[in-house]
Parts: sequence; structure tokens; C-alpha cells
Amino acid sequence: MSTPLLELKGVTKAFPGVVANDTIDLSIAEGEIHALLGENGAGKSTLVKIIYGYYSADAGDMSWLGEAVKVSSPAHARQIGIGMVFQHFSLFDALSVRENIELAIAAGKTGDELSEDIIEISTTYGLGLDPERDVFSLSVGERQRVEIVRCLLQSPKLLIMDEPTSVLTPQEADNLFEVLRKLADQGCAVLYISHKLEEIRRLCHHATILRHGKVVAQCDPTKEDTRSLAEMMIGKTLKPPAYELKQTGAEKLVVRNLSRNAETERSISLSDISFDVCEGEIFGIAGVAGNGQTELMEMLSGEILADDDSVISIDGVACGRRGVRARRQLGAAIVPEERLGHGAVGSMSLVENAFLGGHRRFNLTRGLWMNYANARKFAQQTCDDYDVRHAGIQVDAGSLSGGNLQKFLIGREILQEPLVMLASQPTWGVDAGSQLAIHKALLDLAARGTAVLVISQDLDELLELCNRVAVMFAGKLSEPHQVADLSAEKIGLLMGGAELESAKGVANAH
Amino acid sequence: MRIKLVPRQTHSKVMTWMTPVMALVLSLLSGTVMFSLLGYPPLESLYAFFISPISDLYGLSELFIKATPLAIIAVGLAMGFRANVWNIGAEGQFTIGALTGSALVIYFPESDNVLMLPAMLILGVAGGMAWASIPAFLKTRFNTNEILTSLLLVYVAILILSTLVHGPWKDPAGYNFPESVIFQDVATLPIIVPGTRLHFGAIFALLVVATGWVLFSRTLAGFQVRVSGLAPHAARYTGVRSDRMVWYVLLGAGGLAGLAGIIEVAGPIGQVQPLISPGYGFAAIIVAFLGRLHPLGILFASLVLALSYLGGEFVQIKLGLPLGIAGVFQGMLLFFLLSCDVLINYRVEFRRPGTKSSASSA
Repeated sequence: MSTPLLELKGVTKAFPGVVANDTIDLSIAEGEIHALLGENGAGKSTLVKIIYGYYSADAGDMSWLGEAVKVSSPAHARQIGIGMVFQHFSLFDALSVRENIELAIAAGKTGDELSEDIIEISTTYGLGLDPERDVFSLSVGERQRVEIVRCLLQSPKLLIMDEPTSVLTPQEADNLFEVLRKLADQGCAVLYISHKLEEIRRLCHHATILRHGKVVAQCDPTKEDTRSLAEMMIGKTLKPPAYELKQTGAEKLVVRNLSRNAETERSISLSDISFDVCEGEIFGIAGVAGNGQTELMEMLSGEILADDDSVISIDGVACGRRGVRARRQLGAAIVPEERLGHGAVGSMSLVENAFLGGHRRFNLTRGLWMNYANARKFAQQTCDDYDVRHAGIQVDAGSLSGGNLQKFLIGREILQEPLVMLASQPTWGVDAGSQLAIHKALLDLAARGTAVLVISQDLDELLELCNRVAVMFAGKLSEPHQVADLSAEKIGLLMGGAELESAKGVANAH
Repeated sequence: MRIKLVPRQTHSKVMTWMTPVMALVLSLLSGTVMFSLLGYPPLESLYAFFISPISDLYGLSELFIKATPLAIIAVGLAMGFRANVWNIGAEGQFTIGALTGSALVIYFPESDNVLMLPAMLILGVAGGMAWASIPAFLKTRFNTNEILTSLLLVYVAILILSTLVHGPWKDPAGYNFPESVIFQDVATLPIIVPGTRLHFGAIFALLVVATGWVLFSRTLAGFQVRVSGLAPHAARYTGVRSDRMVWYVLLGAGGLAGLAGIIEVAGPIGQVQPLISPGYGFAAIIVAFLGRLHPLGILFASLVLALSYLGGEFVQIKLGLPLGIAGVFQGMLLFFLLSCDVLINYRVEFRRPGTKSSASSA
């Protein structure tokens, strides 16, 4: 085998509390389309950021064309021939395609000369870009092509594409694949990051699969099927639920045909989402982040209102057009995904943060006045009952560790004895001890009869907690499945968006 | 060499309150330099600027008179700034408040009804609110930047004032001077310290400060204002509608600015003139920040800014220095305050031109 274009050996990168990349080996040959496959948090982004010079690795070696190299910055990466197209574009809307490219490649060609180059590259690869068009008039796919041309003008030998199809329509994605194949034919290697299995099977020559920061498999994706890829991505060992949850009663949270149009390019449309959560049940929504979970949560909590009352009911009361206060009054408690800045205010004390979430259901107001004495008691009780380690309830919420703050938020909401608990990513980024405590708190809450909804990317968590799990993909929710019936492949396929339709046939008999 | 601001991990609460003091000291030091460069004895000039004006009862009363509108406006502005609503147009709301309140006198110049003054104050508040409702409407309806709209409306308000005093509101017995009739007794705020001009408005200022303090720290509304500013998402999460918040804080600030306006014309001025404010609406922005957006701090800051007005007049009379000196001091104060704030929240890092900057030109 000839010298690989890029070779990584034992690359390791740790962040406080998590090893994002653990002794990773990776080798990319010239002209190869190489997939980097993994769930969210598997370490894909960290790895490419190391390659592109954003981060420096804690340990490990990188060699480029057979020679050891230390990429010190993205500019350095571009200099040696590595280009990267990000998921989110960095273009100026008001400038033309040529001007945008001119700005990005310092000391390069300008004006008509550059326009000629753009046209040449654009025709070679069938990109169809007019250098004089203004960027605001371009579609998302065309904008991505501007970014690609911008990279290609610097004649890279390796092009890194970070989740490139997440913003594209299927037709645009097909066009992109054509371009990437042409590039590969000309000898340019492509490192293609994705969690979409079907795409990788169609496009890539080789796949490296990451899980929990480690390389777990190498394969030729064209020889695998989506099932086997899903298994490799998620792991085969799915634990059976640890608790036998009591069978469920009346529906406390009912969602019917909930839709929402995307407001910006980056947000996801929700289409026709329906599900019920019953008394005493924990209902899980799985899915890779960015498939509409945030948008769904905003609508469930009442931060964004629906057009019609009937789409959401809490405890039998239609409340789609009623805000957060009304929903809390009806019995909802809410733990949002972002701890700081959403669930809590970092620069306010724990007392004030207890007030923030608890004042509706916990009577922490007297008329227009804040009842500080009761808020203090409530904050103290939350900390005591949920083992929040703190230096006094007057300290800023921002000074707590992630796990402690999350326990505080979960405790604050649970102490309100809600009828419906909405929790998004309840253990995202918290330590193992806090995770255990939070899981126990949620299970106990359900055992007392609360309808609990957990939105999470962590499959293990969902399988451990939930009675039923549905999967979100591209703004759609699959049929719910009894956890007992779920297998790794089934959930992996759903998360990768494959066979969403056929999977609907396997609805549970609940 | 590249200079970079890196956010500090911890913020010291003590330093937050020390910055205004540091800013004050730095302004004084720069003032010394400035006076020397202008060819005046620096210490004497500073004395004339900061000490002489308040060395007697009359001077002190004048200080309180000037601090009154500043404190009233600044409490309202602070409320908005806390919620990240940037009303820069208090000067306009002040002017319109003064006009709507004065309208009663202009149309009932002979009236001796004792309800005259309360009615004027209410109309003043209403006028300020009405003027502030324009940026509020534009912001909530069309997402227009309230900084621009409120600021531009200042000039509209001043032109309205000018039109009225040069036209319909001109005192018929006023020898054609562009001034309204002099307000009758029932339309004038009573004097509270005999022998001075210190009027009842100062009591209002104290009331506004006290109310503002309670509102901020003890009520649900104040809590919601603070959350809106610190974390808009958290505000939404606790059930605050951001549109309504914009309305509340703009109407609140506008109402208070209007109140300050009518207090000024019904107090020390006593009639409508083409110039009713030496920039109180703008100076109040400095007061709000110097007072750390806290009503109690604002009380002290309003005295400091009031002193800058008095000092400016004093050095003009005593030393023949230009009146612009007051503005220079106010500007330096805000400049040093903001720069001290930056240095408290960030530390400065100097970076040698290394691989990064040289490679970026490739």
C-alpha cells in the first residue's frame, strides 16, 4: 500500500470530564471518500477540529504525505492542503459570490481573474456558480457550493465535509455527491462526517466508526448494510430496562398533529407529530440532536405557541395557544436542555433560581411581591432533597458544577409534584453520580404517577428509563415502540432516517 | 503584536461597585491634565469645579435641583437597560412630558384650581409614555432598533417644543420673546427650603428612587426585568413575554422622563422656554450606568452628574473657561467607567505575531 495522504496515530484529546478522542488511528488515501461515522458526542467533531488545526491533540502523531506534521491553525491547515466546509456557512449575504471568496483567500487573485477561476472550477465540477450573484439570492445548496469552491480554489488534497447534507434537500444532496465523486476521481480525498447511514453507503469508499471517543470499527460501507452500520455505531449491548414500570393510566400529555415551520435556515420544521404520555409512564424521544427536538420542546413548554389549542393537551385541557405560566398552572414542570441561560440564570443566586422555576406552582409570590423567605426555604429543600453540593444557597447558580446544577433544576421541578414532567437531555454532560441520582429521581417521580417525557440523545439512558421510545428524525416522530421490543438495529435505523416508513408497521401493541 | 480581550472566569462584586469610584478618580486626574494644558492652575480649577459650587446652602440646593430630573430619568432608564431595552431618547420623552403637562397652564392660565398641579404631573407622565410608545410599537411590531428610533424622536420632540414656543404658546404679553406665560402659583411646585429654589420635585425623586429599589429587588415584575436582561431564554422559560417586557420598560422609562420634564418646567423654570433641558435625558444615561443600574447607586450618581453641570457653570463664571467643560467631564466619566468595566470583565492578552497571524496571510 502506498503512503497514505493523512495518517493519525494514537490521537487523544481530553476535555474536563470527558475524553473526546481516545487513541484514535485513522488513515486516508488519496482520492478516497472516507466516512467518519458516529453518534452525537462520539468525538467526530473534535477529531476533525484537530486535523484542521482548531484544537491541538494532547497526545498522538499526525503525518501528512508521509511526513510528521503539527497543524497549528486552520490557516496552516489550508496552507498544507486541507480544506473544510462547515455545517454552518460563514458568508456575507450582501456581497457577491466573488467578493465572498475574495475576502476569504487573502493575497490571492482578485476581480475578473478570480471570476474566471471560479467559473473554471465551477464548470469542471458541475457546480454551476455565477460569481456575480449576490449571496442572499442563493439557495442553501448553492451557498454550500460557494464554500466548496472557496476551498477548491486553494487546491486542497483533503476536503473535510462536516454533516454537509444536514441542510440540504435530497436533490441537492444528490448533486453534492456527484461533485464529491468527481473530486475523488481527480485525486482529492474527502473526509465525510455524517450519521446518515444510507448516504455513507452510497458515497463512501471506507468508513471509520467512532463510539465514545474510540474507533470501534473500520469497514467498507458499500459491503455493509444500514443494519450492520447501525450496530457498529450504537453498539450491540443494549441493556434491558432495569425497572419494571407500572402499567399506565390516563393520558396526561396528549400531542396531536403538531406542526411548525422552520423560522430560519438552521431550525427544523416539525411535521405532524402525535404522541401521548400516560400517568406513571416515562416516554422517551430519541434522535440525533438537531432533528427537531429543540423545536418540539419549545412548543411543549409553551415558549413558542401553536396556532391551535387542540394540538397539545395537559391533563385533558387543550393548551396549544397558552403560554408557559398557564401550562405550569395545569401541572407541567419543565427542565430545558440548556442549563445555564435557559433553565437557570448563572449570575443569579440559587434562591432566585428556585423562584424562577418554582414561583407559579410553589406560591412564592404574594400578590406582586416575591416571597423571599419561602423562596429560600424552597431552594434549601431542593438542595437538601436532591443532594446539591453548594457553598450556600446565596451563591450564583453559575458557580455550581454541571451535575449539581442539573440536580438542582430537576429537584426544583420535581418538588412541584407535577402531573407532567418535560425533561430535555436531563443528564447531558453531567458526572456519573449525578446521572444516577437524576435517573432515580425521574423513576420515582413516574412511580408516583407523573407522566414523564424525556428527550435524550443517550440511548442507554432512554432504554434504562423509558417504557416506550419514539425516534425523531428530520422533524418527524416515529411510532412509539415498547422498549422491550427494541433492538439496536431498529433504533439505529430510525435514528439514521432509514426505512422510517416501513418501521411504522412495527408499532407497539400498547 | 495582537491584542486580545479574554473573558475573566470570575467577576468580583466589590470591583463592580469600585469602578464608578475609579472612573471618578481617573476623570479628576485627566481633568488636572486638561486644566494645565489649557493654561489654568489645575488644583484651583478643580476646586472651583467640584468644591466651590456646593460650599453653601444655596449651592447645595442647586445641586439637588439638578440631580432631581437626572435621578428620576435614570431610574426609568436603568429598568430598561437591565432588560436589554436601550432607550436613548429620554431627552425627547422629557420634552414631550414637559409640553403635555404645560398644556393645561397654557389653555387655563387664569385657573386657580388646586388640582391643576396633580393634573399637570399626570399629563406629563402620560406624554412621556406616549412618546416612548412609538419606539415600543416599532420595536415589537417591526423589530426596529429602539436605539435609533428613540434617539431620532428626541429631535422631533425638540422641534415640536420650538414650534410651540415660537408660535401658538408664545406669551401674548411677552414682548415677542419665544416663551410661554409664567406659570401661576397653583401650577408651580412649592419650595421646600425657604430662601432657595429647592422645590417639591426633589421629594418625587426620592420617592422614585425608593420605589425603583423596591420594585427591582422585591417584586415579581422587577425580577422578570432582571431575568429578561440576564438571560432572555430563561425569561421566556419563566413565562415572560418579551414583547410585553419591551412595552413595560419603555412606557415606564418614558413616563418617568415625562414626569421629570413637567417637574422641571413646573419647578425651577416656571414657564415653557425653547431650552428646557441642558441634556438631562442624555446625562441620565451616564447616571444610570455610573449608578450600576441600581436605584441607590443612581441617587449618588445623579449628584455627581449634577455637580458637573454646576461646576461647569462655575468655572465659566470664575475662570472664564468654556461651558463645554461640563460635557467633557461627563464624557470622561462615562468613558473611564466603561473602560474600567471592560478591564474588570476581561483581561488583556498581548500576542506575538506567530504562526497564526503569518499563516493567515498565505
